Amino acid sequence: MRTVLRQFVLSRGAGADPDEILRLPGSAFAVSDGNRPATLRRLWLDTFDWRLYRSGLTLEQVGTRGVTQLVLSGRDGAVIAAEQVGPRAAHGHPAARENGQARPGASPHPGPGGRLTWPARLDALPFGPLRDHLGPVVGVRALLPVARAVSAVGDRRVLNSDDKTIARLTVDRMSVTYPAAGDAAPRLTVTALRGYQSQAQRMIDLLAAVPGIADGGSQPALETALAAAGRRPGDYSSKIDVRLAPQMPAAAALAAVLTALFDTLEANVPGTVRDLDPEFLHDLRIAVRRTRSALKLAGDALPGDLARRFRAEFKWLGDLTTPTRDLDVYLLGYPDLAGRLLAASADDLAPFRDHLERSRAAEQRKLARGLRSARFTRLAAGWRDALAAVPAGRSRPAVARLAAARIARAHRRVIRDGSAIGPTSPPESLHELRKRCKELRYLLEFFASLYDPAQHWQAVRELKALQDCLGEFQDTQVQQDEIRAFAAQMLEERAAPAATLLAMGEIAAGLAARQREARTEFAGRFRDFASPASQTRIRALTRAAA
Amino acid sequence: MKTFATYNIKGGVGKTATAVNLGYLAARDGYRVLLWDLDPQAATSFLFRIRPRVKGGGKALIRGTRSIDDAIKATDFDGLDLLPADFTYRNLDLLLGAAKQPVRRLGSLLAPMSAEYDVVFLDCPPGISLLSESVLQAADTLLVPLIPTTLSVRTLDQLTEFVSGLDGSRPSILAFFSMIDRRKRLHREILEELPAQRDDVAAAAIPALSLIEQMSVQRAPVTAFAPRSAAARRYEELWREAGKRSELPPPPC
Repeated sequence: MRTVLRQFVLSRGAGADPDEILRLPGSAFAVSDGNRPATLRRLWLDTFDWRLYRSGLTLEQVGTRGVTQLVLSGRDGAVIAAEQVGPRAAHGHPAARENGQARPGASPHPGPGGRLTWPARLDALPFGPLRDHLGPVVGVRALLPVARAVSAVGDRRVLNSDDKTIARLTVDRMSVTYPAAGDAAPRLTVTALRGYQSQAQRMIDLLAAVPGIADGGSQPALETALAAAGRRPGDYSSKIDVRLAPQMPAAAALAAVLTALFDTLEANVPGTVRDLDPEFLHDLRIAVRRTRSALKLAGDALPGDLARRFRAEFKWLGDLTTPTRDLDVYLLGYPDLAGRLLAASADDLAPFRDHLERSRAAEQRKLARGLRSARFTRLAAGWRDALAAVPAGRSRPAVARLAAARIARAHRRVIRDGSAIGPTSPPESLHELRKRCKELRYLLEFFASLYDPAQHWQAVRELKALQDCLGEFQDTQVQQDEIRAFAAQMLEERAAPAATLLAMGEIAAGLAARQREARTEFAGRFRDFASPASQTRIRALTRAAA
Repeated sequence: MKTFATYNIKGGVGKTATAVNLGYLAARDGYRVLLWDLDPQAATSFLFRIRPRVKGGGKALIRGTRSIDDAIKATDFDGLDLLPADFTYRNLDLLLGAAKQPVRRLGSLLAPMSAEYDVVFLDCPPGISLLSESVLQAADTLLVPLIPTTLSVRTLDQLTEFVSGLDGSRPSILAFFSMIDRRKRLHREILEELPAQRDDVAAAAIPALSLIEQMSVQRAPVTAFAPRSAAARRYEELWREAGKRSELPPPPC
């Protein structure tokens, strides 16, 4: 067992040859000659929204001496799981191999030629502890290369007076090739062998005093690679991250929010076009919906007829994304739907799944065409230009005042529409209320930076509970309508055996039951949201900033 | 965690060379290996250039006032750690005698190590004593080096009888010929006859080779400094057979 005791950065400009520095002349320790440096091809992987990084995990594909491994480690560098992904080498005790005992990580499909190609979804990874660890964090997201580097790694041994190795010195000279080319300063890692920490510490004290060697902190190699390429990890989030000041002119503040939304939208276009995972489209759609809501609810604060000019184009963009997303929702929920079947078997549903997948493939092609179209390019360029032209100077009203008025109005509408809903109200009334809730939610998100975070969180939490219930009610309604349409379509295409139609009927019944349940829950959720205490909180939130 | 003990009532039969080489091969195969040098002569510790000293001595370990964990030292080989010998180990019998359930003591000291190690090798001093009994209780497999002489075979019989009379868990025995000199007729005869008569004698056998003696000069396992030598190949065969017979599971990922 080894413990990383310290990392240093070797200065290239200090004049001293690192090989000489590491000899520690005059000390009681001897340092062995460096072996021939091994070439390490390193590829770091994460989801587009940095789920691994945010969870304190690093996934690295390391190739050296013909062996490629995927290594998942924690923030302290300790390996959590590793899996060989290249052509499989013999591993383990020969007897275990002869006995036919497969390693738990043995993969049914290491991929063509035993290599994984990136980006890849989790199901492309071999079964085993690595995939088990990644699953809950990564979910449906694809793993994408976030940085690529080639390292020349040389190892030296530090020997005590018994010629016993007490520590290893590893010098890593890393050249980053992606996302941009750059050389990182050589890093020296001192790793103490178990039982020799105190001797290794004495050697570290000697090293620390050598000119040209500086403390390297504990920056993980991924961050070093990204820094050399001029990037930082965690630089994407679908959340609106705009700092607004209460006295900022409303038009400028709104332009800042809309610019941030369009950054998110555009960032998700390549992943959506390449169909890497369903979250790209999801985030893109949310950015479109938020933009449309901002234009509808506060667009009048923008100069001239800017809001009016772009509303139709964003509606087109929103409509373009709807069919694929609806089918994604069905396909993502498919295992759950199939698992709920009582009378029918999951096999009965297979033609339905095939139909969904065929339909999705067709819709995805239309979506990709739309996002590559001249219309979208014109929308993007025109929108950016228009937002950049919004004057930043002082003009009335201040954003805090506008936000308070619009949030108050949206809130009043939710209370009014919700209070009018009774046990006999038609489903449409709940659908309309859901839209009002979304509008209020988006307003709270656009202007979040104006408010006290704790109060804001409380307000959003109460609204979210109501939205979840309305969402379940509406989604199950839409899915029931859709499954009927799918059934008709499949009959027309002669792609629906009787067993499949029966299974689909069972799913429709299940959806109807879930919808009834949501309807029953609605009254209680709305009562909580409309409680005097909750209403006071929303008013207090906006009043303080205005 | 599988525990192997290299054990023989007789001394100078190749116990240490076996523990050192098989320990190295297990680590090379990806197992996390702990080797405990129980012999106060400290030959194993010497071979790995590790000072034969444990703070508090054998007393602290047996009494549990110092955890085994604190005394472990990494060897120069990845995955292979050593619990060094200490001169006070010469008194292990007395110390065990003073402990509760002395024959189970080594096993209970090693039990917490199962989270960290997959394979343990106990390199035992010669003799038959309370320490030996504790080793026999702790081990899953006894690896018994056997010089092909009539007396050695008799010693194996004694050991087999002793093990079969033990209460509680009994280790399986895998004897193997060691320090074979094919120039000697007696060696050749016993080599031919005994494996046919007994199923606890391995097919793999270790000849007397000067390269194995070189280990004390090189201070490393022969399987590490001369991996393609005849000596290393014989240890490979023995390791393969020991793993198979003891149903050693594959190493962790």
